[in-house]
Amino acid sequence: MKILKLIIKNTLRHKLRTLLTIFGIAIAVIAFGLLRTVVTAWYSSEKATAPNRLIVRQAVSFIFPLPYSYLEKIQRVPGVKEVTFANWFGGTYIDKSQFFARLGVDADTYFDVYNEYLLPKDELATFKKERNSCVIGVDIAKKYNLKIGDVMTLEGDIYPGSWEFVVRGIYKPKYEYTDATQMLFHWSYLDERMKQDMPGRAGDVGWYIVLIKDASQSAVISKEIDELFANSPAETKTETESAFQQGFIQSSSAIITSMNFISFIIIGIIMLVLANTMIMAARERTREYAVLKTLGFSGKHIAGIIMGESLFISALGGILGLLLTYPLVAAFAEVIPKGMFPIFQIEPITIILAVGTVLLIGVVAAIFPIQRAMRTNIVEGFRFVG
Amino acid sequence: MADIIQVKNVYKSYWRDSFETSVLHNISLTIKEGEFLALMGPSGSGKTTLLNLISGIDKPTKGDIIVNETDISKLGESSLAKWRSSNIGFVFQFYNLIPVLTAYENVELPLLLTKLTKTERKQHVETALNIVGLGDRMEHYPKQLSGGQEQRVAIARAIVTDPIILVADEPTGDLDKNSADEILTLMDRLNKEFKKTIVMVTHDPNAASKAHIIKHLEKGDLIRESV
Repeated sequence: MKILKLIIKNTLRHKLRTLLTIFGIAIAVIAFGLLRTVVTAWYSSEKATAPNRLIVRQAVSFIFPLPYSYLEKIQRVPGVKEVTFANWFGGTYIDKSQFFARLGVDADTYFDVYNEYLLPKDELATFKKERNSCVIGVDIAKKYNLKIGDVMTLEGDIYPGSWEFVVRGIYKPKYEYTDATQMLFHWSYLDERMKQDMPGRAGDVGWYIVLIKDASQSAVISKEIDELFANSPAETKTETESAFQQGFIQSSSAIITSMNFISFIIIGIIMLVLANTMIMAARERTREYAVLKTLGFSGKHIAGIIMGESLFISALGGILGLLLTYPLVAAFAEVIPKGMFPIFQIEPITIILAVGTVLLIGVVAAIFPIQRAMRTNIVEGFRFVG
Repeated sequence: MADIIQVKNVYKSYWRDSFETSVLHNISLTIKEGEFLALMGPSGSGKTTLLNLISGIDKPTKGDIIVNETDISKLGESSLAKWRSSNIGFVFQFYNLIPVLTAYENVELPLLLTKLTKTERKQHVETALNIVGLGDRMEHYPKQLSGGQEQRVAIARAIVTDPIILVADEPTGDLDKNSADEILTLMDRLNKEFKKTIVMVTHDPNAASKAHIIKHLEKGDLIRESV
């Protein structure tokens, strides 16, 4: 207990230096926490996938459409329970910085396949009836203060023109990781306009979503679907929803790798900051360590005192950093476009990594000063002029 | 009186880069229990080195040092640390108190290595501080004390474990005359009243005059003894 008191008193010996070190660690922990949160947010879309859902897309690239006529053929594949489809609309709502997913979907089947979008029955019924209606996620409704009956006007880019939709439903997410930032409207409404304005693009579907009866049959069913359209002008690539999302994530792998790399650079910086403080502190106390050794304190005691101080400073910096990371991440979540990171929150793994890192840094930063203190014998210690 | 310290044919040399510097040459001496011995000599004569060897904070290059029936030249680092904590009390020229600890906490430090309870430690610390006349300065930090008072705290720290031997390296070297006299009187009292064997290194003839025996070193050799 007395040794703990000595450690705390030693820590406060140079208050300014200790405070600056603690703030340095805290800032680095915040930066680490934010970067890791971005990385985990990137991967969070994979969490929202279901093992019994398959995605059928154009084999060449996701950006090429598939014919609507594939629907019936896919429905007939053994093991398929339900098939729905969607089209990426893009477009602009208010201005280009307002990013969220806008999809033309099959109103009759989409909410059966995505049962994690919780929509009241009456709202779903109205949505199905009105061709220019839309359903939005609760986060979008909150952000833009939208209510049932409000009109959302989109300026199309992939599908040019001005598009008006009446909000007829607001869905809530079933799970924490369910995306509540989508705008869903009738694919048929989109297709009608295409038939009139750009007949060549009518009947195009972005991708099919296939709900299967048995998740363990996903590989077999995927193969059967792809074989149906082999050697056709629009060959398909069918994969699980999880594999499909991973493909998206892989396309951003350079950014994620960079972020991971930067987060480890930050760890290195914290280590240097703390190691510098501990080296200075231990150097200044060379004579005191000699006194303690003279009084009978062993090398282990001295190592414990140095290690304790290093861990104490790193823990204070870590705690302060983590406490500040929560409100900062919450503030970022408010500012960044909802559709970019539907789930932007600190994951337990980020906390575990941050705590583990801070403790590791506390230990590593103490190694060199401990080595020096252990190596310096009493006589040299008393002769030392700091 | 029995011999409490026996230094037998001790040599000590230090290596600086590739040069060997011989500090002590074939030193032999004995100190009896309860004696007050002063080591005198010019700078570089080896008196502090001899004191370090007797107190077990350094090891001889050759020879034996038997203190209180233990050949300390044969002990390993950790055994030596344990031995020092129970046999030797140290008093340094520059007091060497821990600045962030109060007088009480500084004196308590050596007791943290014992199995004494908090209450027992408190009794020992208060007794030691009362002996040195600082019972009313327990909660003061070193910077709040005068040089003489700091040295008295250091003496309290040296005697708190009730060691059989006190070693003092220039205990009055950094003090004014009045404070130095107070410290010397205190050491004399510790020798006479509390029967501590004292080995003191000093330049000061006045300090040395308190000792029963004065041994003179020069260039690593014991050259004479005066009583």
